[in-house]
Amino acid sequence: MKEEIIIAGFGGQGVLSMGKILAYAGLMDDLEVTWMPSYGPEQRGGTANVTVILSDSPISSPVLDSYDTAVLLNQQSIDKFESKVKPGGTLIYDPYGVHTPPTRTDISIVPVQAMEASFEMASAKTYNMLLLGALLKIRGLVPVESVMKGLKKTLPERHHHLLPQNEAAILRGMELARTE
Amino acid sequence: MEEEVRLMKGNEAIAHAAIRYGADGYFGYPITPQSEILETLEAEMPWETTGMVVLQAESEVAAINMVYGGAACGKAVFTSSSSPGISLKQEGISYIAAGELPALIINVMRGGPGLGTIHPSQSDYFQATKGGGHGDYHLIVLAPSTVQEMADFVGLGFDLAFKYRTPAMILADGIVGQMMEKVVLPPARPRRTPEQIAEQCPWAVTGRPATRRPNVITTLELDSAMMEKHNERYQQTYRLIEQNEVRYDEYMTSDAEYLIVAFGSIARICQKSIEDARSRGIKVGLIRPITLWPFPTEAIRQLSRRVKGVMVVELNAGQMIEDVRIAVEGRVPVCHFGRMGGIVPNPQEVLDSFIADFPDSRH
Repeated sequence: MKEEIIIAGFGGQGVLSMGKILAYAGLMDDLEVTWMPSYGPEQRGGTANVTVILSDSPISSPVLDSYDTAVLLNQQSIDKFESKVKPGGTLIYDPYGVHTPPTRTDISIVPVQAMEASFEMASAKTYNMLLLGALLKIRGLVPVESVMKGLKKTLPERHHHLLPQNEAAILRGMELARTE
Repeated sequence: MEEEVRLMKGNEAIAHAAIRYGADGYFGYPITPQSEILETLEAEMPWETTGMVVLQAESEVAAINMVYGGAACGKAVFTSSSSPGISLKQEGISYIAAGELPALIINVMRGGPGLGTIHPSQSDYFQATKGGGHGDYHLIVLAPSTVQEMADFVGLGFDLAFKYRTPAMILADGIVGQMMEKVVLPPARPRRTPEQIAEQCPWAVTGRPATRRPNVITTLELDSAMMEKHNERYQQTYRLIEQNEVRYDEYMTSDAEYLIVAFGSIARICQKSIEDARSRGIKVGLIRPITLWPFPTEAIRQLSRRVKGVMVVELNAGQMIEDVRIAVEGRVPVCHFGRMGGIVPNPQEVLDSFIADFPDSRH
């Protein structure tokens, strides 16, 4: 098993932390993982992206030119990464604010209304967990229990009271992916 | 602290590994892409547990001279920076080499020259392997390609530095500094006691007991004949290091018709290029120097007798290629693929460049 994933969006949307929680979940599941961010000024509001690789064998390059799965959270990311999804791969995106949706026919394109769902949950901070839930539903990769263990590891203890809210968002995201 | 499996950035792994090694002190000044080393040390507060000193100096120059002082006392001390900051430290590094002092210096390279970018580069290869500061000296240079090696080379770097009484450098780049991977942290060991330091480092400035002559660490020698003697001693040490400490890794070289030479995280990008090349029937292998100095000249020389061509892949305009050419001795063509200024190539770009240089590799 080897899954090469790109997650991209605006800085502040939780792109890097979503990748980190996924990588942690992989670690909990005894997989080899790499988490390779684009770092720098984009962390302060421009576009941010992170490459996460989960594999049951040692990982060579942390830098990739094509991906099995892309999770794209804004128009710029769709413009940049739609063409980089491998044929037969998966593109998950949030249609909110997207004027030119992805159009490829040789990949599976899954719109997930995560922004609207986060409004319903009255917490913008659950946004990335909604998308993570959708990703887990569509691609499997790791069980939700591993993700929760990963979340517990990444969140400082003073934020552990937020774990149930995050779990609810992941489960809601799984539902969203199912109803699409 | 027991052995522990964690997910962390290469920079964070360096900080944790140093605490667990029993390092006595860190002196540094923040600069991207290595600031997490200082940040992690500050967050871990080892002064509360092991007694290790962590100090943000007022400048890079101050930090390297604090290392010089700590090392003269036989302490396991280290500093870290990124390219422009390492340039500032060069005077101090030359003094540490001349003083025959053990110390660990970490360079998480970014694109240069000048203040440059904050993105990954390998353009300090010349600086790291050919001396860097003034005078005839070398550093032992270790090039990590994984977060695990970032952790492992802290202990290895300190051990080699103390074994040969010479500064060692971890020459990393922004990729391996910033990316997170699984890492097994070694069990913690205690810092050495003053008695152990006095016993293991009889040269160290530790306060003179009545029973011995004073130890003096100085790099000034006005008598040229004496200075030449010092130089001869340094060179003897370097020959010993060259004999004993060459390290490298090979990947798919046993049946290789072509060879890629790359170090650090770029070697892993090349590994993926090789996976793709092999699936297209192109027999190419990789040699990854782990010690950039001493350089694995003999290993590359042996392999060059069996292949039709060599490509050197670096994040610079062509630096390690000079050492590769010395090893290959003109037997086969040696070409170069590099990106500069903080741009990182993907595996496909490397493979495309390889095929353009060696079109006959596709049978």
